[in-house]
Amino acid sequence: MSVLVRAVDLTKEFRVGMIGGFRIIAVDEVNFEVREGEIFSIVGESGSGKTTIARMMLRLLRPTRGAILYRGKDVWKLKRREIKWFYREVQGIFQDPYATFNPVHKVDRVLNLVFQVFYPHTSERERRERIEEALKSVGLNPREVLGKYPHQLSGGQLQRIAIARALLIKPKLLVADEPVSMLDASTRIDVLNILAELRDREGVSTVLIGHDLSLAYYISDRVLVLYRGSIVEMGSVEDVFEKPLHPYTEMLLESIPRVDKKWEKRMEFKAEAEEREVYALSGCRFAPRCPYASSKCAERPPLTRVDKEHYVACWLYAKR
Amino acid sequence: MRIDVEKLHGTLQAFREGIALALSNWKVRIGLGIIAFFVFLALVGPYLTPYKPLQFTGAINAPPSPQHPLGTNSFGYDIFSQLVYGLRASLEVGLLGGALATLIGVVVGFVSGYKGGIVDEGLMMLTNILLVIPTLALLIIIAAYLPYRGVLIESLIIGLTAWPWTARAVRAQTMSLRNREFVHLAILTALPSTRIIFEEIAPNMASYIFMVFILQFGGAILYAVGLDFIGLGPTKGISLGLMLQQAVLWNAIQLGLWWWAIPPGLVITLLITALYIVNTGLDEVFNPRLRRR
Amino acid sequence: MARPLLTIENLRVYYDSPRGLVKAVDGVSFEVMEGEILGIAGESGCGKSTLIHSLILLKPPMKYAGGKALYSGVNLVAAPPSVMKRIRYREISIIPQYAMNAAPPAKRIRDLVRDLVRSADPDADIEEVFERARERLKLVNLSPRVLDMYPVELSGGMKQRTIMVVSTLLNPKLLLADEITSALDVSTQRVVLELLKDFRDRGIVRSVIFVTHDLASLYQIADRIVVMYAGKVVEIGSADKIIHDPLHPYTKALVSSLPRLGVHYRRQKLSGLAGHPPDLVNPPPGCRFAPRCRYAIAGLCNREEPPTVEVDGRIVSCWIYAKR
Ligand SMILES: Nc1ncnc2c1ncn2[C@@H]1O[C@H](COP(=O)(O)OP(=O)(O)OP(=O)(O)O)[C@@H](O)[C@H]1O
Ligand SMILES: Nc1ncnc2c1ncn2[C@@H]1O[C@H](COP(=O)(O)OP(=O)(O)OP(=O)(O)O)[C@@H](O)[C@H]1O
Ligand code: SF4
Ligand SMILES: [Mg+2]
Ligand SMILES: [Mg+2]
Repeated sequence: MSVLVRAVDLTKEFRVGMIGGFRIIAVDEVNFEVREGEIFSIVGESGSGKTTIARMMLRLLRPTRGAILYRGKDVWKLKRREIKWFYREVQGIFQDPYATFNPVHKVDRVLNLVFQVFYPHTSERERRERIEEALKSVGLNPREVLGKYPHQLSGGQLQRIAIARALLIKPKLLVADEPVSMLDASTRIDVLNILAELRDREGVSTVLIGHDLSLAYYISDRVLVLYRGSIVEMGSVEDVFEKPLHPYTEMLLESIPRVDKKWEKRMEFKAEAEEREVYALSGCRFAPRCPYASSKCAERPPLTRVDKEHYVACWLYAKR
Repeated sequence: MRIDVEKLHGTLQAFREGIALALSNWKVRIGLGIIAFFVFLALVGPYLTPYKPLQFTGAINAPPSPQHPLGTNSFGYDIFSQLVYGLRASLEVGLLGGALATLIGVVVGFVSGYKGGIVDEGLMMLTNILLVIPTLALLIIIAAYLPYRGVLIESLIIGLTAWPWTARAVRAQTMSLRNREFVHLAILTALPSTRIIFEEIAPNMASYIFMVFILQFGGAILYAVGLDFIGLGPTKGISLGLMLQQAVLWNAIQLGLWWWAIPPGLVITLLITALYIVNTGLDEVFNPRLRRR
Repeated sequence: MARPLLTIENLRVYYDSPRGLVKAVDGVSFEVMEGEILGIAGESGCGKSTLIHSLILLKPPMKYAGGKALYSGVNLVAAPPSVMKRIRYREISIIPQYAMNAAPPAKRIRDLVRDLVRSADPDADIEEVFERARERLKLVNLSPRVLDMYPVELSGGMKQRTIMVVSTLLNPKLLLADEITSALDVSTQRVVLELLKDFRDRGIVRSVIFVTHDLASLYQIADRIVVMYAGKVVEIGSADKIIHDPLHPYTKALVSSLPRLGVHYRRQKLSGLAGHPPDLVNPPPGCRFAPRCRYAIAGLCNREEPPTVEVDGRIVSCWIYAKR
């Protein structure tokens, strides 16, 4: 399978506060690739840098260092003409559906613009049909959402309109930032199934960002686990979920809420360090929460290959 | 062309809704009521009085009477005539100067905030220079070099110097809107920057820009009063500021000629207060932080 | 037997919209017992946020259209503003969806607390409140220094814990939580959920209404679950019963589409619910779920509204269970 996108030493720093502020290294020298026709999940807790990676992949945010290569081309070195081509092939769905829509326009606008910009020769009737079809495929009633302003719709409805919009463009790569976290269980599965069908039928790749491990397991081919801007583990779903190595991945898998067993005892949790301290840490960023942390962990653990496609960044597995 | 008609219709609709929303606020209604009254006075006032503002009426220092509703001053000018003509001039300066300052400020702010980089740095340098050099000194120099000054020149001077804070404010707003997801979505749709600025960002700031204009309008009136007061006002004609200046210069208060000194001050105060009330009301209506969702 | 803290009876809250009235909450009844964590689950857009927001601040375009929400003798949805001002935050507090993202980024947590307390109770001793805040922060394993920090300096889990502390500073009796864990990773989610329970056990809050679409989380902490569909309650029961023995066809569909770890698309394809929720401006006659229901009884379900009956200690609104 050929590589569609490659992230090379991708790094993004933010400055917080003007005077006496500090730096947040939101994404820290991350390397990964997304192949044609696969669903690649990025999971991690809130603030781990998922959205920042998505924005860089979508050419909305310039990396501080490193690059995103789409079909071998640095997305920030595209020529003016190529940008339209890029967005014809690469589309996105954003995390916060309320912010995705311009409050002054009706939601129809984003759907109509797709045709205006990318498929100007479509007839009026076909446009309408395709829009309705796309809305129905994400479980919406076109009559109920068309012609409305964003504030008249719920978060889940807006999110599905955003998904329908992306589907209308028929991209090669879809970067979906938590596309289903606002949806209820039954709609979620529908949306994920749509992504899987697109993959199997048309070879569309998806970068699926989320924090729900069961969903990532259900749909993806490969998974990347992110913690505070660094990759802690990466591999096929089977590797990561069935043979988890990193203590953080283990901890995540243990705390998935299940419907067949109630939590028994309260989870012990360590006092978390404040953000500025974690980002200033020169060692493993997970160390403050890690039950196995040792003095070695004051140094940054390298991303080590432990199996064909299985990578982990932890001193427990690093070959010295 | 069907789409354009639709879009126009949508814009009009949004505009109507915006106005209805604004008028639902009592502060906006009261403020606008006061302003409307003064505009009306400025428009029809000149027809209600037989005197020109700088016409000797024969009566000197006359107290208010049916003949002279607001009395006359030490030069024998009719105060009511002066007031309505002066009001006209002040409103003109406010409108022209305020509009010009808003226009320049908004354009500079949009371009600077959306483009960023070198463009932004250049424009902001200019803005900051204008902001820090004492404008009054600049105005004195400019004004002193112009032998003839009318309302138009005064407006121009004000408009060209009062925009920097608007530019900075609009730039800040544009920058924060620029990072909003709906602008990102427009970028993903490969829309060109101009369309993004005018179709996605600007409509979100329409009410804000209107508020800025209201502030600039009031600012320009006050600015003009200040200029008049220090003797840099119009060389011909009359304005509220000139009336005040003369009243003070000729010791109107000490001489007990309250009808000379008080009306122009009162009108200016009322006008500025009304503008301020409208602005607070609009802020309540449009400021998203004070509204839910 | 516990007494109800809040009794909602046939509550109707609509939205004014150009197309007509959106019947977002349409005849909802349930009780929140003292000491209980009550979960509300349901499809996105079914009116969960509308329901709980109407209890705190019912303002246009939201429109009160009937029914009651009785809290110690006060009908929350129709009470005059002066009465609500006394109740809001002090007696009933809310953690809205996206709470921290909406917070002004230039304000420290301390300023947020001060603003909130001042607006709810101008006479409150602010220093005492700060002192309580410091204690509570320790309780949730955060440093008291958090008070002097800006929201961006906190990770998602820390933010959520801070919000919990801030919104319960005046010891409200009832806490309304709208999707507060949806953005967190599972281990942080668990911490927040367990803390919520802990707050209830310690009596910091007496009862909680917890809104989410994550049934698995609800199963972990809720005592009872209310399932909503298109503005109506379809089933109410204990968390165990709802998850392991759902009665209403919609609840069944919801539970069966829950992904469990270990289920993979290529091995076992789950199915969602076909079709889409009804238009809330013109909801279909009869049962609102009928167009999507596998068990629908032709000629009945799509004509007449199903009665609400009690079955096996549960409340269900479905013709299957009605004695005809
Ligand atoms: N514009 C910005 N300025 C400063 N800091 C930022 C900015 N954007 C993101 N950050 C910080 O970068 C880190 C990563 O943020 P990001 O939004 O990528 O996380 P995330 O994994 O998407 O989290 P979530 O699950 O909450 O969406 C966070 O600590 C965040 O506070
Ligand atoms: N201001 C409004 N005007 C008109 N309709 C509205 C308005 N706000 C919400 N609605 C409609 O009311 C219904 C209920 O919305 P609500 O936000 O309560 O849903 P929710 O159950 O909280 O959904 P989610 O899980 O997506 O947050 C939706 O169908 C929505 O379209
Ligand atoms: S009432 Fe009928 S349509 Fe509604 S859920 Fe029950 S069986 Fe299905
Ligand atoms: Mg994110
Ligand atoms: Mg909601």
